[in-house]
Amino acid sequence: MSVCLDFTDFPDALHAEWTKLRTLAGTAWLLAAAVVLTVGLSAASAAGVTCDGAHCGEDPAKVGLLGVTLGQAVVAVLAVLAVGEEYGTGMIRVTFAAMPRREAVLAAKAVVVAGLTAAAGVPAVLGSALIALAVLPGNGFTAAHGYGPHLATAATARAVLGSVLYLVLVALLALGVTAMLRDSAAAVGTVLGLLYLFPIVAAVISNPDWHRHAEQIGPMQAGLTVQTTIDLAQQPLSPWQGIGVLAVWAFGALAVGAVVMRSRDA
Amino acid sequence: MATAPHDGFAQLVHAEWTKLRTVRGWLVGLLVAVVLTIGIGLLGPLGSQISCVHVDGGGCSAQSPPKGPDGREVVDDKTIVYRFLSGDGSITARLTDFDGEYAPTGDVQAGTVHGLQPWSKAGILIKDGIKPGSPYAAVLATGSHGVRMQYDYVHDLPGLAGPVSAATPRWLRLVRTGDVITGLNSADGAMWTAIGTVRLANLPHDLVIGVFAASPQYEVIKSSFGGTRSNGGPTTATGTFDRIALTGQTSGDWTVPPTYTGSGPDGQPLRPQGGDGPKAPTGAVQHGSDGFVITGSGNIAPMAVSEGSGKTVESALAGTFAGLIAVIVVAALTMTAEYRRGLIRTSLAASPRRGRLLAAKATVLGGASFVTGLAAAAIAVPSVTALEHHKGLYVFHASAGAQIRIVVGTAALLAVAAVLALAVGTIVRRGAAAVAAVIVVIVLPYILAVASVLPAGAAQWLTRLTPAAAFAVQQTVTSWPQVTAVYTPTNGYYPLSPWTGLAVLCLYAAVAYALAHRLLLRRDA
Repeated sequence: MSVCLDFTDFPDALHAEWTKLRTLAGTAWLLAAAVVLTVGLSAASAAGVTCDGAHCGEDPAKVGLLGVTLGQAVVAVLAVLAVGEEYGTGMIRVTFAAMPRREAVLAAKAVVVAGLTAAAGVPAVLGSALIALAVLPGNGFTAAHGYGPHLATAATARAVLGSVLYLVLVALLALGVTAMLRDSAAAVGTVLGLLYLFPIVAAVISNPDWHRHAEQIGPMQAGLTVQTTIDLAQQPLSPWQGIGVLAVWAFGALAVGAVVMRSRDA
Repeated sequence: MATAPHDGFAQLVHAEWTKLRTVRGWLVGLLVAVVLTIGIGLLGPLGSQISCVHVDGGGCSAQSPPKGPDGREVVDDKTIVYRFLSGDGSITARLTDFDGEYAPTGDVQAGTVHGLQPWSKAGILIKDGIKPGSPYAAVLATGSHGVRMQYDYVHDLPGLAGPVSAATPRWLRLVRTGDVITGLNSADGAMWTAIGTVRLANLPHDLVIGVFAASPQYEVIKSSFGGTRSNGGPTTATGTFDRIALTGQTSGDWTVPPTYTGSGPDGQPLRPQGGDGPKAPTGAVQHGSDGFVITGSGNIAPMAVSEGSGKTVESALAGTFAGLIAVIVVAALTMTAEYRRGLIRTSLAASPRRGRLLAAKATVLGGASFVTGLAAAAIAVPSVTALEHHKGLYVFHASAGAQIRIVVGTAALLAVAAVLALAVGTIVRRGAAAVAAVIVVIVLPYILAVASVLPAGAAQWLTRLTPAAAFAVQQTVTSWPQVTAVYTPTNGYYPLSPWTGLAVLCLYAAVAYALAHRLLLRRDA
């Protein structure tokens, strides 16, 4: 990353955050874990799921990219640590002394974390997709069962691109929540709670309207509609609307986090 | 554990309890666990509505299924030809032909094919009146499970194997002596073998005795990535009986049910009360001098719980996850915060036997989490059930023992998860990583298995092997071998028994604890 010497402090903040996160002991491990766990679960799912007839209802993209549900937890930890570690060690006071514009610090952290997440997300999602493209036709995802001659379609490309974007937005959500709570463990619990609890709550709600709303506002379910490549009309949201819902969550959390960061003692 | 009164373990426990008690965030965390568990539980009934699709416009109360002798919901819907028996006596019948009809597409108008369902039934029974849900004992032939003796809906004993045909007829006999009923079968009417002798408590003097046929819904169970669905339609089974012979004091003539064509006055198919889908044409006609040909649809069996037919008691505990996450955060923090602040060095200086420190922490956290879980579940179960009743939702039967088990089991689940989180926190010494790891291993498999993401086979394995198996402790529904249904975690059926499921989580916690103990002794603080 090149740093252009500018008189505004943002590039400096960016450079500082990049150096901190780059040299944090866990970062490389977490990035590697995100890739390995995402590809691993996706591959297991692609190998295990079969389509045994026409209109079997399986979405090849959802099957092949299932690992994102696991990889997002690692990405969330990475983002939480980027803020939480500084509060934990008291380093944040040094940071704020050097960089009094606190929202610039948060913005710099967001850019660095988003970049790192994308750097891990691209190989994780692409690797998953390539394995799925190789494995799924052998599991009955064929033209005879209602799939196209090739699984690699524009919709699949959207699912891949969208999944990378999904991971980046989850990281930003985690960053915002940590800025709000200022404690790593509580922030991880909250972020994973937000992601994982909505599907469970939606499952116990039988009123179709409420159920639909629960699926529309839950950050994980809404965001993952971007992976849908079949039966698009039956989804509660269109793929990009779903990513939009997650983006509202992520940037909303960042905004509240910035306000909390400004108004509270470090 | 404390071997002598001056041994330090009790003091250590006291010290750990003081640490837990005085950190405001941790107490708030445990309180949040209680509130979230109850709150999310209440969201279920608040966000649910009853949809009464009763054709006659009757109230929803008409849709509650009949209850068997033990209080469980049952399906009791068959075609029966019967007389009354006073006191002791017996019934014998020969089944010479057994065939059925079903609609493979689920739509009767679209055409039907011949064939029996695995649990289509034709046989003889002795029953306490014809009211649905009353006690009974029956000997019957099935579509593909041979002759069975079944009684009081849930009990099922095997008799002669093999299909029924003119060449291989089945002779069936039931003998009543007081409260004791013996079921027998025979291939030739000469050599009889007993299938079982059962006691039906408090049988009245006068009983219904007769011949019946029933055939459960045709089920196509499809598992896909969107979850497991079952499609099906009504079926019929036709049994041809002759040589029907009664002994004992019987009264009245045979009561033969009217032929039922399968459509109501307005031409629409009627739905039977049991909710077993549209009904197929049924009826009975005389066959020779001592027989009947009986066509039945429906079933005499326990009811399998399926989505949409009502709420299970454990749905009140859907919020356990929120509580679990809060408890995991607190449990991991009690160790990782000490590392973060360097307090661990003080703690270890005060208690040089490090294993005891870990044991004291585990005791305090396990205890606090158990109380948290107990309070949350003990409030959530009755209050959510009351709200469900208030909204007119049907709540499936769960015995008092099962209700106590799910409350205590939920408390134990939180306690063991807290010990697991403490152990993982000790191993990785980072709060965020420990919390994420424990949440992912417990909650993610559950979501993948239950929230309709994975096909049934994978869901079964996830709820067998991962710590999510522990949620079996909240199961109140029973899967019946003699009932075809979608027995998946989504519908509340776990592959492991409640306590075995919890034992899986205990095993993970024990392994993590042993590793944490070892690392705590070996590593610098």
